[in-house]
Amino acid sequence: MMPEAKSKAERTAVLCRGLVKRFGDVTAVAGLDLEVRIGECFGLLGPNGAGKTTTVEILEGLTRHDAGSVEVLGCRWGTGCDRELRERIGVQLQETQLGERLTVRETLRLFRSFYRQGHAEDEVIAMVGLEEKRHARVGKLSGGQRQRLALACALVAEPEILFLDEPTTGLDPQGRLHIWEVIEAFLARGGTVLLTTHYMDEAAHLADRVAIMDHGRIIALDAPARLVASLGAEQIVEFHTEGEIPATVLTGLPGVRAVGQRDGETVLSVKEIGVALPAIVAELTRIGVRFDALRTHEATLEDVFVHLTGRGLRDG
Amino acid sequence: MASRPHPLAELTRARILEFLREPEAVFWVFVFPVLLALALGIAFRSSRPAKLQVAVVDGPGAAWVSESVDRTATAIAHRLPEGEALEALRAGRVDLVVEVSGEPSSAQVPRITFRFDPTRPEARTARLAVSEALRRSRGLPDIGEVLEEPVTTPGSRYIDFLIPGLVGLNLMGSGMWGIGFSVVVARTRRLLKRFAATPMRRSHYLLSFAYSRLLFLFAEVAAVIGFGWIAFDVKVVGSLFDLTVVSIAGAVCFAGIGLLVAARPRTIEGVSGWMNLVMLPMWLLSGTFFSYERFPDVTHAAIRALPLTALNDALRAVINQGTGLAASWTQLLVILAWGVASFLFALRIFRWQ
Repeated sequence: MMPEAKSKAERTAVLCRGLVKRFGDVTAVAGLDLEVRIGECFGLLGPNGAGKTTTVEILEGLTRHDAGSVEVLGCRWGTGCDRELRERIGVQLQETQLGERLTVRETLRLFRSFYRQGHAEDEVIAMVGLEEKRHARVGKLSGGQRQRLALACALVAEPEILFLDEPTTGLDPQGRLHIWEVIEAFLARGGTVLLTTHYMDEAAHLADRVAIMDHGRIIALDAPARLVASLGAEQIVEFHTEGEIPATVLTGLPGVRAVGQRDGETVLSVKEIGVALPAIVAELTRIGVRFDALRTHEATLEDVFVHLTGRGLRDG
Repeated sequence: MASRPHPLAELTRARILEFLREPEAVFWVFVFPVLLALALGIAFRSSRPAKLQVAVVDGPGAAWVSESVDRTATAIAHRLPEGEALEALRAGRVDLVVEVSGEPSSAQVPRITFRFDPTRPEARTARLAVSEALRRSRGLPDIGEVLEEPVTTPGSRYIDFLIPGLVGLNLMGSGMWGIGFSVVVARTRRLLKRFAATPMRRSHYLLSFAYSRLLFLFAEVAAVIGFGWIAFDVKVVGSLFDLTVVSIAGAVCFAGIGLLVAARPRTIEGVSGWMNLVMLPMWLLSGTFFSYERFPDVTHAAIRALPLTALNDALRAVINQGTGLAASWTQLLVILAWGVASFLFALRIFRWQ
């Protein structure tokens, strides 16, 4: 976190308490508490259908909630300060398709005209690195370029908070990196970001704090490194066996913190890989279990999610 | 900081650019009405009225009848056997069948039978023309001294009636389709939602449609009027200022109705259905292709309350009759009432996501 941002960290950018949103019988958001501090990047991580988009759109004042309270920059939506608030926030919706027949510059000029103050079109074009596509029609842009333009539309107002709903979904690694750089530059200027993603590496890379969401609730909230550390593990060992093996077989082994099953695979959280791995292999060999596809990796947010829900982030 | 352009001006500008970059829209707005005017103008061009076709059944006295008929300028006789004559009548090749019992003489008055379909105006005309011809050939006296003065004023042809109607129809069509599709496409692409997340005034977004329509309106009206003038010598009798005022009122009116129709639907199919539901009655009733006077009298008040009827009537008053705007104030009121009411209602119920 930037030193300047840290000094402001006492102040709250977004605060919501007991947020509930139902669509018919489906409860999309089920009593959500959330606090985003000014100057931080807050990540909402969760699988599709976890309620991330609904939450963000409530915070953006686009969807009305059924219960609870929402405050953005000290203002509640629908209490007469909506327009003022919209001047101060930048929004990127999931899957917005901007008009295909306008050029990049025309699109930004249009968005710029909605705000009292903000960046000039060319300034914001440079921020997202679309200089060469300035006069290209939106319809001719690649997926990554469109996402950068959408980001530029959110940035053109020089907002205090940027709401980004899955800003890199569907992009290639190069495109994602590009978007990350733009977001990091915004954070470096002291901006606040609330972003949703189902990429755990994105959350780990960008976010100061991550809330893991599942079924409309936050099931864990902390800095990414501390969430991973909460597993009490440094490494994850996964392997495949023919048929499940009882968890008790492996729990007692040295260095093994937890044993789980997922998609026919055994997943172990281990502390000291150098000690644990030989012991695991020896034990499996001793009891005569055939295993393959054994691999190890450092523990990530994905493992936190699996640990908390028994499912993967992509499983939905 | 750069000086800030007005959002309404920018929205209007964006709308105009988007429209001009869509070739199909340009075709439907500018080329289609001209093609329609061309086709209808050719189909209904005013030519010398065709002669009435009279079948005379062979027999005594047939020669007398057919000679008398042929002497007239309006009808032509064909002598046919009875069966063929009736067949020709049934097929519509002749308008009237005449059967006569013999030559007229002082001793005998011939019996004349007319066979025709009384629902057809040509058949009734042919019947009158033939009896007149026969009366003359017998030297019976006329009703008095009769003078004929043929009148063909420019401005009373079908094409003169049609061109103002096409202007009205085009103002309706391009307003409704142009706006309806743009709005619903923007909604399905979640662009409306994105706009709603900015401080943009929602009325500005809707107004930009009306404003951009005003710009195209001149080109649209000029295309149809200019074509009518060049190809068919259809003149604008009234002032161009009056024509402009009426056209603007019409364009604004249908921009409002277009926005209202597009205020809720989420799909192109949905909005197309509503568009057709709204426009089809006016295509038929509002006197674009034929006068609504042909519908029963009790329906006239309702038909005149339709925006396209009011627009067509006001356009005809200016283009064909050259009467001033003051004479069309009720029509203008109807047009503006529809436009303003639709716009305000659309703003209320508009679905942004």
